[in-house]
Amino acid sequence: MRRSPQYWIGRIAFWLLLALIAFYSVFPFYWAIATSLKSGSALFTVDAWPQHPAWDNYVAVFREQPFGRNILNSIVVAVSTVALSLTLAVAAAYALGRVQFRGRRLLLFVVLGVSMFPQVAVLSGMFELIRSLGLYNHLPALTLSYLIFTLPFTVWVLTTFMRELPKELEEAAIVDGAGPLTIVTRIFLPLMGPALVTTGLLAFIAAWNEFLFALTFTLSSEQRTVPVAIALISGASSHELPWGNIMAASVIVTVPLIALVLVFQRRIVSGLTAGAVKG
Amino acid sequence: MPAPRSRLTRQRVRAAWWMLAPMLIVLLLVAGWPLARTIWLGFTEAGLADVEAPRYIGLTNYLYLLQDPDWWRAVRNTAVFAGASVALETALGLIIALSLNAHFRGRGMLRAAILVPWAIPTVVSAQMWRWMFNDVFGVINHVLLSVHAIDTPIAWTASPDTALLSIILVDVWKTTPFMALLLLAGLQMLPQECFESAKVDGVHPLKVFFRITLPLLKPALTVAIIFRVLDALRVFDLVYVISGNNRDTMSMSVYTRQQLVDFQDVGYGSAAATLVFAIIALFTVIYLSASRAGREL
Amino acid sequence: MAAITLDNVSKRFGRTEVIRDVSLSVDDGEFVVFVGPSGCGKSTLLRLIAGLEDLDSGRVLFDGDEVSMQAPSSRGIAMVFQSYALYPHMSVYDNLAFGLKLAKAERPQLDARVREAARILQIETLLQRKPKELSGGQRQRVAIGRAIVRSPRAFLFDEPLSNLDAALRVQMRIELARLHRQLGTTMIYVTHDQTEAMTLASRIVVLNQGQVEQVGTPLELYRQPCNRFVAGFIGSPKMNFVDGRVSQVESDTVQLDLGRGQSLAARTPAAATLEKGATITIGLRPEQLQLSDTDNATLQGEVIAVEQLGSEAYVYVAGPGDEALVLRCDGTTPAHVGETVCIGVPIDAGYLFDPSGRALPRAA
Repeated sequence: MRRSPQYWIGRIAFWLLLALIAFYSVFPFYWAIATSLKSGSALFTVDAWPQHPAWDNYVAVFREQPFGRNILNSIVVAVSTVALSLTLAVAAAYALGRVQFRGRRLLLFVVLGVSMFPQVAVLSGMFELIRSLGLYNHLPALTLSYLIFTLPFTVWVLTTFMRELPKELEEAAIVDGAGPLTIVTRIFLPLMGPALVTTGLLAFIAAWNEFLFALTFTLSSEQRTVPVAIALISGASSHELPWGNIMAASVIVTVPLIALVLVFQRRIVSGLTAGAVKG
Repeated sequence: MPAPRSRLTRQRVRAAWWMLAPMLIVLLLVAGWPLARTIWLGFTEAGLADVEAPRYIGLTNYLYLLQDPDWWRAVRNTAVFAGASVALETALGLIIALSLNAHFRGRGMLRAAILVPWAIPTVVSAQMWRWMFNDVFGVINHVLLSVHAIDTPIAWTASPDTALLSIILVDVWKTTPFMALLLLAGLQMLPQECFESAKVDGVHPLKVFFRITLPLLKPALTVAIIFRVLDALRVFDLVYVISGNNRDTMSMSVYTRQQLVDFQDVGYGSAAATLVFAIIALFTVIYLSASRAGREL
Repeated sequence: MAAITLDNVSKRFGRTEVIRDVSLSVDDGEFVVFVGPSGCGKSTLLRLIAGLEDLDSGRVLFDGDEVSMQAPSSRGIAMVFQSYALYPHMSVYDNLAFGLKLAKAERPQLDARVREAARILQIETLLQRKPKELSGGQRQRVAIGRAIVRSPRAFLFDEPLSNLDAALRVQMRIELARLHRQLGTTMIYVTHDQTEAMTLASRIVVLNQGQVEQVGTPLELYRQPCNRFVAGFIGSPKMNFVDGRVSQVESDTVQLDLGRGQSLAARTPAAATLEKGATITIGLRPEQLQLSDTDNATLQGEVIAVEQLGSEAYVYVAGPGDEALVLRCDGTTPAHVGETVCIGVPIDAGYLFDPSGRALPRAA
């Protein structure tokens, strides 16, 4: 069967579009990698790939600021805030997702509403709180303040997952004499592994990314998290930014994240859409 | 005459409240209390030094705020940013979603590719694009110059004409994948029979898009758009990293933070923060009522 | 062991009344089946007895004690669900033992009871497997085993065989009957399948739209249905209904004019109460009708379809009414489509119903 020229033009145009989309998405990252491997004056050329790729910038990143420590800080903060959120959220999700009580709807809206808070709206109040707790320039300040967005998010997504667990399973447990807490911990929790991974992952990425609170509540460079460190990398003079270093730091931070996202692609997509579209 | 609830029901309701309590307490602590403090401080002339017992000055801060041209510029910047980026993200996101909805070899790889911008932390994206936008060494100026699209290098992030545009472009790059995924999910939930019968009837694809796809997608589209607008109105990271406290680009959040932290004018800054909150709250209400349609909570 | 009583029970979901003022009692050790079409409220009734739903009004009593306010686990019941509801992440042993573990039973007693239940249901070899490794029938047994371990006062079954294939269903039916004989515990069983109801029940409760239509033994319901609904529900294939007018009344028989020149005689003790011209519906079971040559109380019509099943055949005849009559004939019947046939109707066969659907008395 011979296909019309229109068909082939259409096909080629489609593939061109796809290639364009892929290029548009990936090029900046590629460029960052290429830049990070250019040392010295090679930075000021616009070669597509360095003629003499070197790791100089990567070494410099760790030498000129406590970048390793910054990465550790980010990990500690992100893991602790996610762990805390998930613990609080699982119990709350059962109540909101499976028990009928007056005010449930309102509470769900309130939780959703909190996730929409602009961070500046709580900045001064939060700053006061952190100072009074003596946590200024300490990591727990971030763990605590990050809860304002990780908690509503995890509650919302876990509630959606909780609702989808089969009712008869819960009823069998009720007939067996299990109370709500037992049902959550011994019946539902073992079934929610994938949900916890998805939710935890998304919350982790959000916490890892956070900038405003980390910028405002930390002072010394040892206490900074990765986003702040990368934003504040400075060079010899105020106008000469060490772009090679900045790109190297960016690549260091991004590669594991991209790997994480690609591995857990499906989960992430379903978690994102569960949170937003299905609500 | 209705019978009272059984022990089972009462036990469950009681347990539900106990299970909610820890989460609610924490939320009150990290969200409720700081918000209340911020709103209160907006009515005082607190500075960072004397937050202990600030003087109440009523609406004075708000009056100053509403007369501050910098504030209004920030509002305008934020509005332009939100409108332009959401419009672009929706259009591009739709195109990508439609492409991904088709079946072709390597679909998984393309989906992985578009997740890359989303996975990269905002600050990192900002730095990457700042480097690409660099007036002297940036690759964008280099390419534009070599194809003679421009004569002299453009100072993308510094020049008042292009600064906001460059920020918008970065946000579009970063957030289109999210929009695309949302819209893709919406597309995949549409009933396939409509499209199959249109195919059998030989309807032109463009017509299918405008007459069938778009109307059916409207609810999901509306929800996604309002959700994104809400996010865009809150923008801080991108603006701050790309152009700092530059007045031509600062968003409401950047303005607020500058007042609070750089100028240490806690009272005034809190008033600004409260205004930002009020604006976002308004849009949140719109979002919640738009997304309520067709969903039982 | 328990006798269960429902006293004027009502239940509403939103604005819909799902159970309307139902009262009934189940004797200790009985096997009672709740049967009815979808939406009749039979599952809801079961769940009210279990305590999984709250009553809007009325009472539930176990052995005379009111349990309406009690949680399911303190009522001493055990429930077997349609989808088995086995805990997927636990082994069969743990599934069976879960309830006892929660009640903090001692290890040796717990073990003994679990193994005893496994023995009764012949699933001892499956104790270490997970539910997803089991077949449908095996899962069903584990679900029943979980109920047995609780040593309940009553077993509640919610359409437990619906998810099994036909052959397995027959086998499990026999198993359940055997179980009841062996354990002697009160059993309440919900199904929409009237065959299951007829074969398992000592008594059947027929429900329709939240109300009890009739309660009785299977044969009582078959022979003496109290209204048109029950008559049409019990028995397969469904009873034929033909509307007619009384043309003649004698001491214990009536002559009915069925239209299109056909008429039938039927015997009923209430013949004297009927007036000429009154509308009466006559019900005829397919198994009572025979193809015949004689003119004895006969109907006539053209055969419009024949469904051959081997041992028997269903012959569809265009009758005096709008709907076709179904006859159950022997598989060797010579009837074929297009042929005009005569149908013999014994004078005692007909079930008579007044215009409201109530059954007229029938000769025993």
